Order: sequence, then C-alpha cells, then structure tokens
Amino acid sequence: MATTIKTNRRDFLKIAATATGGLLIGFGWSSCDTPKVQVLSTEEVLAKAHNFNSFLSISPDGDIVIYSPNPELGQNIITSFPMIVADELDADWKKVRVLQAPLDNQRFERQLTGGSGAMPHSWERLRKAGASAKYLLLSAAAAKLEVPQEELYAEESMIYHKNSKKKISYGELVMDAAALEIPEEVPLKDPKDFKLIGTPVKNVKNKEMFTGQPLYGLDVYKDGMVNAMIQRAPFGMKIKSVDDAAARSVKGVLDVVVFKNNVAVVGSTTWPLMKAKRMLKIEYEPDGAVESTFDHDRLFAEMLDAKTAQIMRQDGDVDAAFKNAAQVITAEYQCPFLPHAPMEPQNFFAHVKEDSAELIGPTQTPDRARMETARLLGIPVENITVDITRLGGGFGRRLMADFVVEAAELSKILDKPVKVTWSREDDNTGGGYRPAVRYRFSAALDEAGNMIGYKLRGAGMNAGNTTRENNFPSGAVPNVLIENVNHRSTVTTNAWRAPITNFLAYAEQSFLDEVALAAKKDPVAFRLELLKKAKNEPVGQLGYDVDRMIGVVEGAAERANWGKNANVKQGFSVYFSHRSYVAQVADIEMENDQPVLKRITAVTDCGVVVHPTGADHQVRGGIVDGMGHAMFGNLTFENGMPKQRNFDSYRLIRMKEVPEVNVHYLQTPFEPTGLGEPALPPTGGAIANAIYAATGQRLRAQPFIEQKEYSSLNLQIKRA
Amino acid sequence: MANFNLKINGQSHQVEVDEDTPLLWVLRDHLGLVGTKYSCGIAQCGACTVHVNGEAMFSCTMPVSSVGSDEVTTIEGLSKDGNHPVQKAWDEVDVAQCGYCQAGQIMTAAAFLKKNPKPTTDEIENAMNRNICRCGTYHKIREAVAMAAKTK
Repeated sequence: MATTIKTNRRDFLKIAATATGGLLIGFGWSSCDTPKVQVLSTEEVLAKAHNFNSFLSISPDGDIVIYSPNPELGQNIITSFPMIVADELDADWKKVRVLQAPLDNQRFERQLTGGSGAMPHSWERLRKAGASAKYLLLSAAAAKLEVPQEELYAEESMIYHKNSKKKISYGELVMDAAALEIPEEVPLKDPKDFKLIGTPVKNVKNKEMFTGQPLYGLDVYKDGMVNAMIQRAPFGMKIKSVDDAAARSVKGVLDVVVFKNNVAVVGSTTWPLMKAKRMLKIEYEPDGAVESTFDHDRLFAEMLDAKTAQIMRQDGDVDAAFKNAAQVITAEYQCPFLPHAPMEPQNFFAHVKEDSAELIGPTQTPDRARMETARLLGIPVENITVDITRLGGGFGRRLMADFVVEAAELSKILDKPVKVTWSREDDNTGGGYRPAVRYRFSAALDEAGNMIGYKLRGAGMNAGNTTRENNFPSGAVPNVLIENVNHRSTVTTNAWRAPITNFLAYAEQSFLDEVALAAKKDPVAFRLELLKKAKNEPVGQLGYDVDRMIGVVEGAAERANWGKNANVKQGFSVYFSHRSYVAQVADIEMENDQPVLKRITAVTDCGVVVHPTGADHQVRGGIVDGMGHAMFGNLTFENGMPKQRNFDSYRLIRMKEVPEVNVHYLQTPFEPTGLGEPALPPTGGAIANAIYAATGQRLRAQPFIEQKEYSSLNLQIKRA
Repeated sequence: MANFNLKINGQSHQVEVDEDTPLLWVLRDHLGLVGTKYSCGIAQCGACTVHVNGEAMFSCTMPVSSVGSDEVTTIEGLSKDGNHPVQKAWDEVDVAQCGYCQAGQIMTAAAFLKKNPKPTTDEIENAMNRNICRCGTYHKIREAVAMAAKTK
C-alpha cells in the first residue's frame, strides 16, 4: 500500500528554481514560513534558505546532486541516504552525484554521527524529499504533455505516458516543476515498488578509497599550513616545567609552544615533530588524583559494597523475595577502560583569524566542534565554518571536540593555519575512553526455578548510569532493584560504540546463563519464559518491545540449530540497544581435542533493511569488534598514564582470529532503525556462554585472554 | 639533511630530508601521495603498506636512506585507473567501511597474489593477517582476495 504523507506547516518542503536553471528541494521543520516557490541562484539558496534538512537539486541536463549531511565514518550513510531519496524520486542512479555537506544547521538537522540514530531520524524525511520532487515533475509533465497526471509514471529519470509513446526527461521538466506549488499531500511508494532500497548498491566512494585519493582529515594539506604535534599531560597531572632545548634543536622544528597543559612542537612536516616530541623534557606535578589500575580496583570494591547507591529502578519487595528464595545466585563481572583506536588517529586543521575560523577534519559532531571553538575563542558561531572530511573510524571518540578546540587555540597562538596530528601513542593515551565498569548481580529463584528477584548494582569510573534499568530482564521479574554508583575519576571517558551496553550486555547475558543453568533450564527456554512473563504480566515500565525480542530469540535459536547437535557447544545472547534487536549464538566445536570457536550466528530485527551491504557490514563488523575487545582489549594505568600505547601492546583482532559469521534479518514491517551499534553488545556474552558450555569455565572479566582460567581452556580462536 | 632520488610509481622524485625520515612521511608530506596511510608508526598495522621492488613493505619504519634505487609503488600507482584486479575485486565485493586501512590491504593483497596467484584460504589469511582493519571487514577482504585470484 502506498502511503500518503501530509506536508504541514511544521514539516514542509522548500523548493526553488536556480538562476542557472534547475530545481532545488529540501525541507524545513520549525519555520513558520509557508511553502512557496522562490527563484534563487544555487548560492543564494545555500545562503538564505532556512531549516532545510535534506537537499537535492536537478539540473536541466538531468544531473542530480544529493547532499549527505551526516559525517561518514564507515556506516555508509553517504550511500544509503541518497538511495532513499533517489528511490522515491525514481532517479537514474547513474546520474546521481553525492556530495558531503559542510556543517550548516540552517539547512540540515541532526548533523552528527552517533547513537545509530541517523536512519530512524531521516527515513521518512528523505523519502518525502524524493517523493515530492517526483510529484512536481509528474505535474509539470502532465501540463506539458497535455495528459492527466494519473496516466503518467516515472522510471529512471524519465516520465512516460501509459497510453501513448509520449515521454519526457526530468531535465526537460525542472524549470516548469520549480514554478509549481508544493502539494499538501505526497504519495510515498509501496515498499514492494522500491528499486534501490533493499538492494546492494555499491559504496559511492569506492573509487576514491581504492585509488588513494585524499579523503580523510590527515590528508588535508593547505597553503601556508604548519604541522603540529602535542604532548598532553598524564591524567591528574599538570605541567611543572618544560625543557624544550633538545626538541628545538631538531631540524625542521619551527617553534615549541606551551599552552594550558599542552606542549606543542610546530614544524613544516610531520617526521621532525615526532622526533622532537620525544626529546621534550617535561616535569609534571599532581593536579588532582593521580590514579593507577591498583587504585581503581580498590575504588570498585568500595563502590560495590557502599551502603548507599543511586536507585535506578525498584519493583516489588526485593528483600522478601531473596529471603524466601530457594536458591540465590550472585556473581560479579568487570571490564577495563578501552581506547577507541580508530585507524586514523585524531587530527584537525584550524585556521583562526581575527574574528573568524575555518575548521576542517574528521568529526562526528561538527556542531559541537564549532560551538566549543566559538566559546573558547570568543568568535561568533556564524563566523566559523566546519568542513567534514571522511572519518577513518570514530567509534564515539570523535563525538568529543577536544582535538578540534586545541587545534583552533594553537592556530590562534601561532597566527597561522595549522594541522594537529596525533600519533598512535597520543591517540591511545589521550583519554575519552570507554569507562571501566563492574557489576554485581544477584538472582533469587523459587522452588520451580522461577526468577522471583533480580538485583544489579553497577559501579563505574565516569560512566554515568552504568545500567539500562528498563531493559530486559526488567518487566519480567516481580521484584527488582537496580542501583548505580559512580566515581569521578581524573581519567576522562566518553561514549564508545554502544555506550555502556557494549559491556553490560555481556555481563547480563552471561549472568542470565548462570541463572538458567542454576534453575536447570535451557538458556533459550529460560529467556523465552521470562519474555512471556513480560508480555502477559509486565512489571513496571518496559523499555523494549517484547514481541520483537521474542522474534530474534526464536529466530537465532532456529538459524543456529540451537541444542540440536551434541558435538557443538553453544552460547546464547540477546540484546536490545539503539532501537534494534539482535540475538546471537556462538558455536564451539572440538577439533583434535581442542575447543575451536567456529562461528557466530546473528539474527537482527532492524525493521526495513535499507542497504543490505551496509547492514551486513555493520552487523559483521559489530560482532568482530565485540569479539576482539572481549578477547584482547585492555587499558591499564600507572600514575595517571596508560600502559598500552600502541598496537604492539594494545591488541586488536586480526583476520586469522575471526570465526565464520552468519548474518540473518527478520522481515518485519517496522521503519528502519540503525545498525552501527546494536550487533556489538550481544557478542561477548554469546562467546563467554559457549566457552562455559564447552569447558565449564565461566569468564567473568574482560579481556578473556588475561583471565587466569583462560590458558587452561586451550581455546582455539583461529579458523580451523 | 640529504638529497634522495626516489623512483616512485615509475617517476623520478628528488627530496631533501633527514636520512632517518620514514618513506611514509616522504610520500605524504613531501610528494603529496596521501593514499599511503599513517596509523601506528611501528610496523604493526599495515595501513602504510607500499611495494618496494614488488615486495609489500611497511613504509612507516623504512628510512628513506634505505630505499636507494629500489622501485616504489604506492596505491596511486598500482594501476592506471583503479583497474588492477585487486582494486576491481575490492569494488565488486564492496569491501570497505571507513576505508582508512584499505589502501594498505589492497597493496598487501596485490603483492601476495603476484607471488601466489592461486592461494588457498589459509594462505590468504596468513598473508593478510599483517594488516589490521578496525571496522572488522576481514570476511570481505578474504572474499575479495579470492575473487581477485580468480579474475586475474
């Protein structure tokens, strides 16, 4: 069924003819203007138009330009967004050119990459942009061909008349279309008529990526630019003294600048700076708590035993449930700090002038970068431009603006355009980490093995709320207490792909496995039993859709042949995060008396799969990421300084360590939700539960390879 | 500082740099060949992989003084128009996510397939294990190398 969307005053479309000829279209959300046609040049439209969100233009020769407003870090939104517009427009994809839009919050909304939120936010808006343009082109064609509009149809940038051989191209119609009123109602396609959506359209940037064209922040070289690298202070420390004599003697070093807690070496090229930075003699002194991992261990123990905690959720009478329990299961889980370690280290270009600034680089939040720069330097926001380069990975680190602001500050001090490059060591030691977290879980079971009580206390280092209190199994248990304790550490933290849930899911899904086995129940049957309770007798507020959760649990059990082969030891895990549902099964098989992690099967419900290649990349990549960090990722501290500073000691997963991954989707009618994060959280739990099934060893801390039980497992993670 | 005459992508280039300057930074900062990427700087990740006399090498730890008259090929010079069988397979399989490591992956794969035109899956994995992909595109890299071997 085709749906009809009303264009109301708060959600209207904008249209304009360009002076060079052509049609421009975009949307507004909050303006009180009424839709009307304006004749403007492209530049005027770019400069004056308000509240445009997405934006496309069609020229008289039929070229179509679609702007992609969101930063691109590998989620391939730069392909999937234009696919949606082009599908509703019935555009000839070969004539579509996609451009990365600069920061412009007059025209675009939510110009950020994070929270797996772009697709759910923009799905309908992008469809409307394409559908509205097509509607106008059809109207113009009806007038020009002198036939009723209902007798026309569009295909690959052409409009055809059903009952004659009449046809006309989009390019020939754009000037007429631009003179029309925007319709109140726009018909959207029936999903069965999608031509691009749901097909494996190739990444629009393949050629540039695979031939080494400049795309990323580190590839920015501007006239008159100097390079800089910065030595930043250990956590909890400040600079006491700097001896830069040796650094200054390195050929190619132009200057050494001390600002805030930074020592910047400046030069015309990068290599002399790498050498000079190592020759800086900087003395630091405490400026707060100077923490080591040893201190964090002590603080965690205190927090888990603290008399008071912030209560996040309370259902029923937990004390009574535990008092009356036939069996109580308690376990603690822990995870370390982690750096994001994108392949492209942090960097940014800044050119700050008297009362303006030009910023260029890889950021997930261009708006925040601009605001923080404006605030620091006292420059009006409207005088600061931000160009978004492609990002060589982000994983949340580039949601921060520290690396932008320091470049801007240094540019102002030097009175020159500057590119600040972080070394890998700078990137690993520069903070903004996934917080270290510990959990204490308790479950109360009655005689029949029903979970009648559930307690969770999360303790975190700058973690905010370490729980997701309304997520499963909340709603399925009558007596629940969920608490949080936080320590304000001097070690800085930030969102890390699937914040909190990237570790909470492993801990919770492993613990539920422990409870299921204590109740002598199959782990999948145990989860389904709880979900049925949540459906039939929900307790309190539920943050998840029970039916969709059941869907992926049953789907994964079926796809993975759960429990059907005695030679395959399996681990189950399911998690809801960022609006999508993912269940996973890890399979361990014995080969030559050695347990081998053979495969992971994932079943996802993300509604409509817009771009199957992109979805497959995100699910697969999330699983590889989740496995890699569960197995190897660790960042420990000594006197405020991380010990794992590069890839020789901070281990990332490699090709030979990756098992077979099978990816499936449930065909559900829901609007598409994001996949940048949701496949990662379940992976650690699926693997840990499979390890338990195969070896009887329960791994309650990450990274797995550093646990004392691990070496005795003799686990083989390479493909056989 | 010293003068070096380098043969890169079939052309001769003169640079004046310190002799310990890694080839990577000569390519990026002095010659504008930015397809070769910096990521770890200690020969751990492979993002900086180039060919030196056809051999896949980590350019981040290779001093320019050791290059001599060897032939260097970077991603920009691998083919005329991105039509090397490995590049074509990378496009066909749609390998990349963020793409930052992929030039290095392609260079490693191209050098490997020249030596071993009909590799087994194990051989592909052994060869490609030196390159890290933080996005986790390993399955697709493996598929693309196998495809390139078949289409050569």
